[in-house]
Amino acid sequence: MFNTTIIIKSLPLLLEASVWTVVYSLTSVAIGFCIGTLMCAARLSTSPAARRVSAFYVSFFRGVPLLVQLLISYYCLPLVGINVPSSVAAVGTLALCTGAYITEILRGGFLGIPAGLIEAARMVGLSRTQILTRIEVPLAVRFTLPSLVNETTMMVKASSLISVVGVLELTRLAQNIATSTFQPLEIYLTAGAIYFVINGVITLLGALLESRFQLEAAR
Amino acid sequence: MTFNPAILLDNWRDLLDGLVLTLLIWVVGTVLGLAIGLVVATLQLFTNRWVAAPLTFYVALMRGTPFLIQLFVIYYGGPSFGLDLSPLTAGICGLALYGGAYFAEIFRAGFVSVSPGQIEAARMMGIGRLDIVRHVQLPQMLVIILPALANMTVLLSKETAVLSVITVNELTSVVQSIGSTTFAFAETLLFLALVYWALLEIVTAAARRLEKRVGRFMLRAQG
Repeated sequence: MFNTTIIIKSLPLLLEASVWTVVYSLTSVAIGFCIGTLMCAARLSTSPAARRVSAFYVSFFRGVPLLVQLLISYYCLPLVGINVPSSVAAVGTLALCTGAYITEILRGGFLGIPAGLIEAARMVGLSRTQILTRIEVPLAVRFTLPSLVNETTMMVKASSLISVVGVLELTRLAQNIATSTFQPLEIYLTAGAIYFVINGVITLLGALLESRFQLEAAR
Repeated sequence: MTFNPAILLDNWRDLLDGLVLTLLIWVVGTVLGLAIGLVVATLQLFTNRWVAAPLTFYVALMRGTPFLIQLFVIYYGGPSFGLDLSPLTAGICGLALYGGAYFAEIFRAGFVSVSPGQIEAARMMGIGRLDIVRHVQLPQMLVIILPALANMTVLLSKETAVLSVITVNELTSVVQSIGSTTFAFAETLLFLALVYWALLEIVTAAARRLEKRVGRFMLRAQG
């Protein structure tokens, strides 16, 4: 029997928890974006050591399941004397993981920037950092916006895994309610619907942003 | 902190069993996912919208919700509608349904990439709809979508780790239970990461070789 009252009763709690899902995933994407930018700059730099570090980072964090990364940060950080709340460790791990994907996404964007533009900027006397933050990053983001939005939705989904290391967010709360009410089907379907809506909104916002960029480019 | 890798040797049988199960889940899940994807894409493109619309919804739903929640719905929610599956069966079904949605999108893009002129020509020659798919569209589109298919297959191998949450005894689950009985978390978890990493690198390298081979065939066909 499909029990709708349990859905209506638990919906406010689930929505409250979904705020944490959004906060955790957007925070990790923001941090991951910074890591990705740095790692991408390292990857495209002339220093072989920096290039190797970046390649190693990307290969590891894309090659190991996120769940395993989360377990490592949860169990192994205290072993080396780092005692942070599990939510901090989890967001850090999410950020490192998405950072690896964002590095690869941005690399495509950076490579698409015409070399003449960078040369011109250097001629005008802009410093290396200025060129990176004022010209390269904005352009690379514009080129790769669809992929970045997609990566953000992937992270919203991936954030469900941090429930496994005991961080309270949508999936974890859904688990708690499901085990206490014995109505797993209704609760998990509702949680799934909330994730679906969150990702729908992100995709929509991404499309809006994209069309705005296109308008600007056309002008 | 002590570091004692001998714990891994003491438990090598369990670890091997876990690895075998992980590979099994991955292969069976991927094969079923490919089958689902192909069927869904074909139905989406070649039937009316009453069939296509629910399938489009299925694809969007599987791509828009976390894999973990999908597993929970199948495994914990299944009994509510008479679907009482073992953790392993539920996990494999979940992986197949999840992968199937992504594969369907890839196949759909592939079908579209074959030029309509060829299909018209084939139809003019009196070749049946199914034969056109089999002999004209599939061989050409498979070459084009191979990198995307390989990429998704590699991604699915990582998703198998999530099955440990619904108590499937695959590699991640085995390693976790060894870790929690011996408290040797560092050794076991780092070993686990290395195994997945190696697996991913091997599979990715194999996929690249395959793509190159198929690409060579393409170049020859053109030249």
